[in-house]
Amino acid sequence: MSRRFTPKVVTANRLREGDVVYLTADDRWSPFHHEAELIEDEAHAQMRLLHATAQKLTVVGGYLADARPGPIGPEPTHFREAFRTRGPSNYHHGKQADLAN
Amino acid sequence: MYSYSDFDEAFVRARVAQFSQQVARRLEGSLTEDEFRPLRLMNGLYLQLHAYMLRVAIPYGSLSPRQMRQLAYIADTWDKGYGHFTTRQNIQFNWPKLPDVPAILSALADVEMHAIQTSGNCVRNVTADHFAGAAADEIADPRPYAELLRQWSTDHPEFQFLPRKFKIAITGSPNDRAVTKAHDIGLRMVRNAAGEPGFEVIVGGGLGRTPMIGVTVRDFLPEADLLPYVEAILSVYNTLGRRDNKYKARIKITVHETGREAITEMIEARFAELRPLFGGADQKLLTEIREAFAPPAFRNAPTDAYDAFYKADPVFRAWADTNLTRHRNDQYAIVTISLKAHGATPGDATSDQMRLIADLAERYGHSDLRISHEQNVILPHVHKSDLPALHAALVKAGLGTANVGLLSDIIACPGMDYCALATARSIPVAQELATHFEALKLEHEIGPLKIKISGCINACGHHHVGHIGILGLDRAGVENYQITLGGDGTEDAVIGEKTGPGFAYDEIVPAIERILRAYLDLRLEPSETFLQAFRRVGMEPFKAALYEAEREQDAA
Repeated sequence: MSRRFTPKVVTANRLREGDVVYLTADDRWSPFHHEAELIEDEAHAQMRLLHATAQKLTVVGGYLADARPGPIGPEPTHFREAFRTRGPSNYHHGKQADLAN
Repeated sequence: MYSYSDFDEAFVRARVAQFSQQVARRLEGSLTEDEFRPLRLMNGLYLQLHAYMLRVAIPYGSLSPRQMRQLAYIADTWDKGYGHFTTRQNIQFNWPKLPDVPAILSALADVEMHAIQTSGNCVRNVTADHFAGAAADEIADPRPYAELLRQWSTDHPEFQFLPRKFKIAITGSPNDRAVTKAHDIGLRMVRNAAGEPGFEVIVGGGLGRTPMIGVTVRDFLPEADLLPYVEAILSVYNTLGRRDNKYKARIKITVHETGREAITEMIEARFAELRPLFGGADQKLLTEIREAFAPPAFRNAPTDAYDAFYKADPVFRAWADTNLTRHRNDQYAIVTISLKAHGATPGDATSDQMRLIADLAERYGHSDLRISHEQNVILPHVHKSDLPALHAALVKAGLGTANVGLLSDIIACPGMDYCALATARSIPVAQELATHFEALKLEHEIGPLKIKISGCINACGHHHVGHIGILGLDRAGVENYQITLGGDGTEDAVIGEKTGPGFAYDEIVPAIERILRAYLDLRLEPSETFLQAFRRVGMEPFKAALYEAEREQDAA
């Protein structure tokens, strides 16, 4: 018996900068996890991942990551994905610095 | 120090030109990522968690001040103003952007450096004792042999597609500071009955998911036989290595599955074939290389000022007691500059610190610098009369921490703060351990102690050979830290023993404190180190200290 599908987001790194990005429902790559499209259907997830990995000049290393609904949008469920949303814990570098307004 | 020959220079420049074109083709779309990945890895460029990472080789850990300044320049120009020195005597830049990498490699080539063979299934950067050429206990400087091995292994056509990566370490001293027993090949200089120098050849050591201490396949290898013998080992491994299973592909498994006797016979048979093919060119080259590693012109001057300062200044004395090592010239000392200030990231240096260290090496250190696998910087030759001034300059730059060999001199891999393979964080655990015990003022009372932390089973943080090893794992979606005790990375290498169930992120520092308080209670006298005490009493008292509180809780 196959395991029940859990909600996902499509994530990757930008080819040029290496920055972590998320695929939005309107086909943008956003640096914000909460802007990602939360995918609840397995077949749709595969379609969206194919769509993402076809963008070879924009992103690299695309995959589906577990996520759950949150107050402002999808949030990560695993600590690895949580770290990817903000950057390292030893310096104020990466997204936590670049995206802080 | 060795300078590139015309051949080295042309080779490195050609690789920069090739890779520049490969990056251009990737960015315009004529190379796919699948095609490009092996090409970028061949040039040390990884894609990590938040960004690309460029791993630059520091051959056998030796650097000139000019090279150190160039690393600082690269950090400022294309990265975030710092670099991370690793347990394999490399430096990693954590934030390069792909279009900038060709310029970085070109800047490295300007100072005879590169990132070639810092990834992939080839012979990696050959590491060496960081006190090479200076240590009082040394038979001979291992760096000429390391350089010979570097030249031989660089772009060696037979060994570019080994079953798995391959790491060689070499030491010229009986006291092993290069962890030779945990490398694919470890070379330890020894003397035979006639007093001639040669090598004990150790094969099949390694950490990772299947930690193993290497086995000796030759007690004494004459130095003239070094290259053909190493080539024979690689050749046997290249044939037998398990390309069918990534987890069984390292030579340690080959040695284990084949058996020491059988593999020794195969190596010796292959060596007999190869030996006659080495016509002596390698020895001629070795002689030339050796000239490049001639000792500096040591100064002959009084050291009274050092002795007086040592007596008078307690801060200097504390630093001298921990951070200096005996030099083979009595007027000199080997200085370890700690990159482990309490609360800082182990192995990180800012560009300002790199430049200052380069200046100090020129002023006080015969322009010689080393990076240790323990993630510190070494000035191998400092006249004792210069030590007070050197120390004062280091303190001003935040580099005067007196903790080498103590609890806070922790090895830590980048862990899940950077690494795509990691299963948990390492750096914050190291930071918290250092600051916690600093606040308790227990570090000096505890004395010599090696804590080593890895953020995954691959063991870049050498946790298996830490007196206390910490391994960060992902247990059901939560960071969990397993402790091992009694590991040792020296000539008496031992793999540490697991204590039992692991600890959550916020429990690991208190757990280490329980272990160390138990040690302070049970040691016979202050001079009995943690490792000695562990060897005397075994695991049980530490297990009791670690888990008793939990058991009491469970019973309640």
